[in-house]
Amino acid sequence: MAADRIEKKVQLDAPAARVWRALTDHREFGEWFGVKFSGPFVPGQATRGQLTLAGYEHVALEVEVVQMEAERLFSFRWHPYAVDPEVDYSKEPRTLVEFRLEQIATGTELRVTESGFDQLPAGRRRLDAFRMNEGGWASQLVRIGNYVRQGR
Amino acid sequence: MSARGASALDSARRLRLQAPVFAALGDQTRLSLLVKLCDGAPRSIAQLSAGTEITRQAITKHLRVLEGAGVVRSRKEGRESQFTLQPAPLQEARDYLDRVSAQWDQALARLKAFVEHHPTQPTQKEKP
Repeated sequence: MAADRIEKKVQLDAPAARVWRALTDHREFGEWFGVKFSGPFVPGQATRGQLTLAGYEHVALEVEVVQMEAERLFSFRWHPYAVDPEVDYSKEPRTLVEFRLEQIATGTELRVTESGFDQLPAGRRRLDAFRMNEGGWASQLVRIGNYVRQGR
Repeated sequence: MSARGASALDSARRLRLQAPVFAALGDQTRLSLLVKLCDGAPRSIAQLSAGTEITRQAITKHLRVLEGAGVVRSRKEGRESQFTLQPAPLQEARDYLDRVSAQWDQALARLKAFVEHHPTQPTQKEKP
């Protein structure tokens, strides 16, 4: 796994159209993810939702849909950790989640990436973390971590 | 107690704690400084800027960013500051990504079950 982002790949025994609906219909997304959204996913718009897990109904999510290319690409930004109603999370860092669908013989291959873990709160300079020669900061981080552990 | 709910809360706190670490690492000069400090030995700004084209002022600025993120610590010795790597936040940053990764594994397993067991009609469970 490249560690500057989360990358997942899963093969689903279902046609792309079925997977697309499970991702982009806010009710269906809520079914498997465990969240109830107040409205549909619309590119450029934010939708709020509440977790539906017992004991965690106070946990809110907000996703801002970025792209919807039918049966190919669905992406959004979110604050998955925004749990305190007293905090203004609009200034907190967000990550970008991208779902990419590809038709395969047995159904659909879905690739999910989550990136942007380095982002600073709004108003501060964003560092260009990914324009690096040696495989990005994350592989450096792994190298450093391994090096440090070996040296102890 | 749901592990998923707990990890959502945990994730909440952690990303806010980790973001400055990830941001501090998002720069090649700072990474090269960390690599130099990897052996755990303290080094001065003069030592850290030796062999680079970067000014001592710039090195100092980068070291302060790293210090602000908690990944290096400085100590005054005589007229010079000595900088030492603090590995714990780096390890925490790795652990954080591992947790987010595990959450996705769980969510995608639920998605797989969902699309494979509800092949046709979407479920309509909107409460009135």
